[in-house]
Amino acid sequence: MESNNVREIIQQNIRKKNHFSDKLMPKIFLFMALISVVTTFGIVYTLIFDSIKFFSQVPISEVFSTKLSPLSKNPSFGFLPLLNGTFFTTIIAMLVAVPIGMGAAIYLSQFASEQIRKILKPVLEVLAGIPTIVYGFFAYSFVTPLLMKLIPSLGAKNVLSPGIVMGIMIIPMVASLSEDAMNAVPEIMKEGAMGLGSTKLETTTKVIIPASISGIVASVVLAISRAIGETMIVTIASGSAKNFTFDITQSMQTMTAYIVEFTSGDAGSGTVGYYSLYAVGLILFIFTLIINLIAQYIARKYREEY
Amino acid sequence: MNKDGNEGFILKEDVKLMNEKMTRPEKEQVTFNKDRIAWRIGLNNFAKHLFFLSTVFAIVVLGILLYQIVVGSIGWLDWQFLTNNLSIFPEKAGIKGAIMGTLFLMMIVIPITLIIGVATAIYLEEYATEGRIQRIIKVNISNLASVPSVIFGLLGLTVFSRMLNLGPSILAGGLTMSLLVLPIVVVASQEALRSVPGFLREASYGMGADKWTTIWRVVLPISIPGIITGAILSISRAIGETAPLVVLGVPTLIMKIPTGIMDDFTVMPIQIYYWTLDTVLTPEYAYLASATIVVLLVTLFILNSVAIIIRNKFQKKF
Repeated sequence: MESNNVREIIQQNIRKKNHFSDKLMPKIFLFMALISVVTTFGIVYTLIFDSIKFFSQVPISEVFSTKLSPLSKNPSFGFLPLLNGTFFTTIIAMLVAVPIGMGAAIYLSQFASEQIRKILKPVLEVLAGIPTIVYGFFAYSFVTPLLMKLIPSLGAKNVLSPGIVMGIMIIPMVASLSEDAMNAVPEIMKEGAMGLGSTKLETTTKVIIPASISGIVASVVLAISRAIGETMIVTIASGSAKNFTFDITQSMQTMTAYIVEFTSGDAGSGTVGYYSLYAVGLILFIFTLIINLIAQYIARKYREEY
Repeated sequence: MNKDGNEGFILKEDVKLMNEKMTRPEKEQVTFNKDRIAWRIGLNNFAKHLFFLSTVFAIVVLGILLYQIVVGSIGWLDWQFLTNNLSIFPEKAGIKGAIMGTLFLMMIVIPITLIIGVATAIYLEEYATEGRIQRIIKVNISNLASVPSVIFGLLGLTVFSRMLNLGPSILAGGLTMSLLVLPIVVVASQEALRSVPGFLREASYGMGADKWTTIWRVVLPISIPGIITGAILSISRAIGETAPLVVLGVPTLIMKIPTGIMDDFTVMPIQIYYWTLDTVLTPEYAYLASATIVVLLVTLFILNSVAIIIRNKFQKKF
């Protein structure tokens, strides 16, 4: 039945499945789309498979000890020093990135004129595009010597310098995600506050930030995940000392740096040391996955609808 | 809004005072009000400058970083540096091998990510119906994008390097990198496909085209600028990424230039990494690292400029 209604013809043609291509193509594309799912399964599989070999040879109580010496004759695999290193670099990075990133987000979304914003924002985004290896070089060859002048006891490899540089690297991420959240607050609410005579600062702290808090928190949580997974900066500038210490002027090893050190070292396939890579990788993967799920949950659950 | 009470109370107080001022202007109250307002405006201006400083702080650091690196590379970055092979003598060392390695790596990464990425985007945007499979793929891609790159290195090491026996070759590195940057291409292509207006599709269907013809002849050609922009962004990510390749076991010193995809290779970021580590022994390596960083950053700058130009010039607005 030919119809004269154009919309009906269109609908008929959309449903038309006479051609070979319209039967085959969806299957090909589905196959391609499933490659990314297979990748995730591949990651989970490799991590779990080799971690099982690790945990079958190393008792859990040893994993939670503070002694990490994978290459000694009598190897010991306590991962607490690695968790400790990751914890401190992440905290330092957040202490830098959150206040400055938030300040930048507030300035760009509330105070800056359109022209200034058009200049500052792309420049800020350049920071996000610089490879992490460059930040690593910067932390090691510039920031560490600079900090040594202020803190003479600072080690050539330490946690402070990569933490600060990592924070600077994350500023654009916090700034841009928080700015998006603040821009999503309806103009009416802002105008309401301004109309009551509040200054821009008061509008920001009492209206804009409470209204966009879910997006802001999500951006901070994502930044934490980024800091935990960051590799090259800490590998270069924080070194590979496996001591369990709280002294941020000294070298600590993060989980990521351990993976890099061990694979580029002489870990032969099949040794416990080799499998320990996957155990650390699994812990890292679970950490970042949980944090990302939390961020997604916060952004979805507490999103204010206007 | 008034949970912390105090300041909110002042706000109301000010309004009340202002009203009072209108009806009966008493001197003390007016001066108190003025002080209050001056204080609030002052605080506002102070905060404004503080926020401005925090925005500029990051940019100043960027300036220092670029300055340090450019100054460090002066005298070392010349044509010889680009065309010489690696050498243990800093004066003779060049990064020809690393540049060739990066080019070879891109020859693998570009076609693989483009084909899989665009196909995934087409499936999600054009073919998939709301349902479990579509949701799984979407959640999966957003989670994959946040997996630390070093984990992709472990995947490559296990699957490509050991299970498929490719070793630390260009092919293994390229496949690992492709999976790493895949989410970027998918998301960018999805946005490009979504921006094609519905009336163009309807026009195509109205003229008798079926779904595949519509996608191939109408939707894809229009979204190509957006797809290319995403592809370039993913390539610049792949060029700068170091950790997965180090984990894969890309060796420290490659003296010979790669000639095929099964050869061992090195890339610019890895060269920077090892030179930075070795500055303890040979301080001159810091200059070589700086010079390599300049080459890397210039490459990325050119790529990103091209992406911006394509986005601005060729993207049609409807």
